[in-house]
Amino acid sequence: MMKKKLTLLGLAGLLALVTGTATAGDPLRVGVEGAYPPFSWKEADGSLKGFDIDMSMEVCKRLNRECVLVEQEWDGMIPALLAKKFDTIIASMSITEERKKKIDFTVKYYNTPAKLVAKKDAGFDGTAAGLNGKRLGVQRATTHQCSAEKLFPGAELALYATQEEVWQDLAAGRLDAQLSDSLQAYEGFLALDAGQGFDFLGDAIDDIECQGVGAGFAVRKEDTALRDALSQIILDIRADGTYKTMNDKYFAVDIYGN
Amino acid sequence: MAETDRTFFDYLVYVSENHSPLDFMLVADHIDKFFYGTLLTIEITLLALLIGGVMAIPLAIARAYRHRWWNGPIFGFTYFFRGTPLLVQTYLVYYGLAQFDFVRESFLWGPILSSPWWCALITFSLNTAAYTTEFLRGAIENTAKGEIEAARACGMSPARMMRRIVLPSAFRRALPAYSNEVIFMLHSSVVLSTITLQDILGVGRWLNGRYYLAYEGFITAMLFYMALVFIISRGFRIWEQHWLGHLRARTTVEG
Repeated sequence: MMKKKLTLLGLAGLLALVTGTATAGDPLRVGVEGAYPPFSWKEADGSLKGFDIDMSMEVCKRLNRECVLVEQEWDGMIPALLAKKFDTIIASMSITEERKKKIDFTVKYYNTPAKLVAKKDAGFDGTAAGLNGKRLGVQRATTHQCSAEKLFPGAELALYATQEEVWQDLAAGRLDAQLSDSLQAYEGFLALDAGQGFDFLGDAIDDIECQGVGAGFAVRKEDTALRDALSQIILDIRADGTYKTMNDKYFAVDIYGN
Repeated sequence: MAETDRTFFDYLVYVSENHSPLDFMLVADHIDKFFYGTLLTIEITLLALLIGGVMAIPLAIARAYRHRWWNGPIFGFTYFFRGTPLLVQTYLVYYGLAQFDFVRESFLWGPILSSPWWCALITFSLNTAAYTTEFLRGAIENTAKGEIEAARACGMSPARMMRRIVLPSAFRRALPAYSNEVIFMLHSSVVLSTITLQDILGVGRWLNGRYYLAYEGFITAMLFYMALVFIISRGFRIWEQHWLGHLRARTTVEG
């Protein structure tokens, strides 16, 4: 009896190998960044931690699929998704029209505004005129690159591969200001020792064309079934209180937005 | 109606965006950025080669003649710069030095070490100096015995022999190796884009970051690098014909 079951299992496994199609049992390959605390960062032992990582795990659990986290440098995220290196991106990617030309998104899973950060006594304000001729740092291929070019055309733009490099150069004094997600800025810099002496400059960036309508999970355009399943899971996680538990582990405020 | 109103230019944009594997109109829109990137790439590569090349001459002589005090430290210098990747060296200078308060408070920080341009130039110059030192040393050591004997027989002092005989001959023989070094340096200059400089690759990465079009940015960057390599190798071929003409096989004219 036992043996027969095993044989059947073996056959099923072989079938799955031969057909190679994505079934419910296949692992879900999730593209993550790992350099964007507190949403994702890498521990000294190489393990990934953060809100995006917790979110990935919860999604896989609800899909009843194993999670394979694939680390990917930010400016190669979309090409890697299109090249099928993973099935979805769960890496705080904002839903924008420009990106929708290439890929598709679920509903948002959080929405926090972007803000400028500069020295406390910067001596200029967060307007286009104030930033004229100033060195402004942003992470490459983000919504902030788009906003920075649009709203602060007179600033000298410095592009970085990771947000952590932006913070390093801001702290070192190579940048006059930087533009990024306000929550990440607070948790990942302003609240730390390195960020002492720095503060937000001006109000939240009002630029829906570049900034989009919040962060969602990204999928390839043809994977509509996966997109809808993921969207439903986000709404479920929000509705049944799991979201609050995950949110409160990292943040003092609710980051879901309006 | 709308169809006929469309100009030929609109049509090109439409084809480029929807039917072409490469959005060439988008590249054409930003081609000026690529030319500025090319200028930066050439500027830093050339300056680094110049500074590194000038540094390499005394270092190579000291190495070739096994100078009692200098040989060891120079060997350490070339071993370090040839044994580690340029990317790591650049990070060390750019991000590494910025960590120390005393560096940030020193007089060098404001004008030089805070600028990615200077950090890159310093690292690239030291890197190419290390490689050039070693193959120039080889060329000096391999100077034909007869040339040196002849120079001595003419009563040349060691300094004059170096200037008139050894170095000119070593430069000629090192030229083919040097053309490789120049092309390697050009290829290595892509490191510039990792420390916020908008070199050719930097512009390619900017385009990818702005429009999420990887092919457009990187293929254009590749074409620019290929054009530069073509020009460099052509230039060196002409230079070699001029300098190494005496080594070519002679052709005799049938009478």
